[in-house]
Amino acid sequence: MAQSNAAPAADTGAPMIELRNVHKWYGEFHVLKDINFQVGKGERVVVCGPSGSGKSTMIRCINRLEEHQKGQILVNGTELTADVRNVEAIRREVGMVFQQFNLFPHLTVLENLTLAPIWVRKTPRKEAEEQAMEYLRRVRIPDQALKYPGQLSGGQQQRVAIARSLCMKPQVMLFDEPTSALDPEMIKEVLDVMIELAQEGMTMICVTHEMGFARTVADNMVFMDRGEIVEVGPPTEFFANPKSERTRTFLGQILAH
Amino acid sequence: MSEITVPGVAPKGPIGKAVFWARANLFNSWLNTIITLVIIYGVVRLVPPVIQWAFLDSVWSAPDNSVCRAALGACWAFIGVWYRFILFGRFPYDEQWRPLLVCFIFIALLLMSCDRRFWNSWLMLIWVAGTAVIATLMWGGVLGMTFVETDLWNGLPLTLILAVFGLGFAFPLAILLALGRRSHMPAIRALSVGYIEFIRGVPLITVLFMASVMLPLFLPTGTTINKLLRAEVAFILFSAAYLAEVVRGGLQAVPKGQFEAADALGLSYRQKMQKIVLPQALTIAIPPLVNTFIGAFKDTSLVIVIGLFDLLNTANAALNDPAWRGYYVEAYVMISIIYFVFCFFMSRYSQHLEMSFNKGKRR
Repeated sequence: MAQSNAAPAADTGAPMIELRNVHKWYGEFHVLKDINFQVGKGERVVVCGPSGSGKSTMIRCINRLEEHQKGQILVNGTELTADVRNVEAIRREVGMVFQQFNLFPHLTVLENLTLAPIWVRKTPRKEAEEQAMEYLRRVRIPDQALKYPGQLSGGQQQRVAIARSLCMKPQVMLFDEPTSALDPEMIKEVLDVMIELAQEGMTMICVTHEMGFARTVADNMVFMDRGEIVEVGPPTEFFANPKSERTRTFLGQILAH
Repeated sequence: MSEITVPGVAPKGPIGKAVFWARANLFNSWLNTIITLVIIYGVVRLVPPVIQWAFLDSVWSAPDNSVCRAALGACWAFIGVWYRFILFGRFPYDEQWRPLLVCFIFIALLLMSCDRRFWNSWLMLIWVAGTAVIATLMWGGVLGMTFVETDLWNGLPLTLILAVFGLGFAFPLAILLALGRRSHMPAIRALSVGYIEFIRGVPLITVLFMASVMLPLFLPTGTTINKLLRAEVAFILFSAAYLAEVVRGGLQAVPKGQFEAADALGLSYRQKMQKIVLPQALTIAIPPLVNTFIGAFKDTSLVIVIGLFDLLNTANAALNDPAWRGYYVEAYVMISIIYFVFCFFMSRYSQHLEMSFNKGKRR
């Protein structure tokens, strides 16, 4: 697969994530239609598309927050099945950042970060706290460690949420519209953290409408519409001459202003 | 009523300020004025006669009830003679320091459990130890204490045993039932729903009767289960169903994103519930939980129907004494004060707990 201009080369040997003929229905409604899609180790993919196109549903299937009904999803070679242990094992390796942050409001920032390492990874508390502080420094808010999420701004909360996922040392990070709930002036601080993460070689799948970010970090763009993957391609190609008419319309709408 | 400032008039002196306050808060609209006047009228009509009865015309001590018969006011002397029976019932008179001590142990344990600094695994051990001491003191038979049948465990200690152990066991059961009701496993869900709906559809009195009258019929002849234990179990099973619905309300108020975030981090079901969901759900559910606790505490007095002598029943028994017949109000005032102290404490404590949980956590 093609490489982006800004980030280091992606090692596209064995796919980190692979979706094969994945289908999903909500009752009668066919949300995902025959999704085929691979992400290599270290590859950064940006998924875009109009709302209701199934992009969030697709990445939520990868850590089984949603179940797919047909097809296969493989994470690092392991197939996702209904087996709880299998699901938990995959979730340990797949970090996720949500649109609404979903920090735990009854725990301090530091406790938010150390909870999963201590209880899931069985990391000793002291080590988990040191590591948490390290990640808080990387997202540039170590001084907020003892506050509660409710006392932070939206941008700070989302950076804490990113740090919380990173504390589990995941092999892949999923971002589900991470900047959509933020005030405009806070979007940049979150995107900067994500760009840094991309440059360090993290495998990322990111659902976003931030096309500037996509141009900077993406190895591949995926355009979805009405439950289908319409177009896949490196950002230079994708933005300069999209092949599909639907992609052109969509890009015209979001890049117009 | 909120403070309303009337422009142009600056109040002077304490009386001026009081008049100003009254006009701004009590007489600021015709509806408020009417309500204020009605309340003042009620207070004027009711309070002086009550004071007259309770304090001025009352008899505080008397060797027998002839003085009381002559007096117009309350006969507190009745309480003076009967308070030990009301508190401890038929527990052997010379041994009544034991149930008294038990009451103090209960209060100490409860006060300790209220302090969040003690909320750790040690508290559990302290309760186990406390329970052992309470059981030893009540039963006796060791250390030179005479053996006392559970039938003679009366009055306040009985009420506390029923309420504290009843709710103490009902609460964890309620959490399991609430989680079961929201489980994805159909069998567990059906079982929880069936249990909760069945118990909620039946009056507590019926459950107590079942435990006391029906249950022995189903047991092989010769086996008996202690009456107090049966009442306790019935009370636990009953309260658990009500508490379960309150807990479920709390669980439903926790945003879906919290479940998803816990899942995405790879927490197991148990870790997710224990660390993330339940702490938030129970905090949200504090007011209705305490409401149910207070209701259940007062419901312990229904054990009267199966012949257990709780605080209310001992008072009724005292009233049967021919020499002191008829002092219902005095007896019930005493009982009411005891119940009120416990219930009011629970209500205040819940407010305190809510505030301390919410401190600095939400914007």
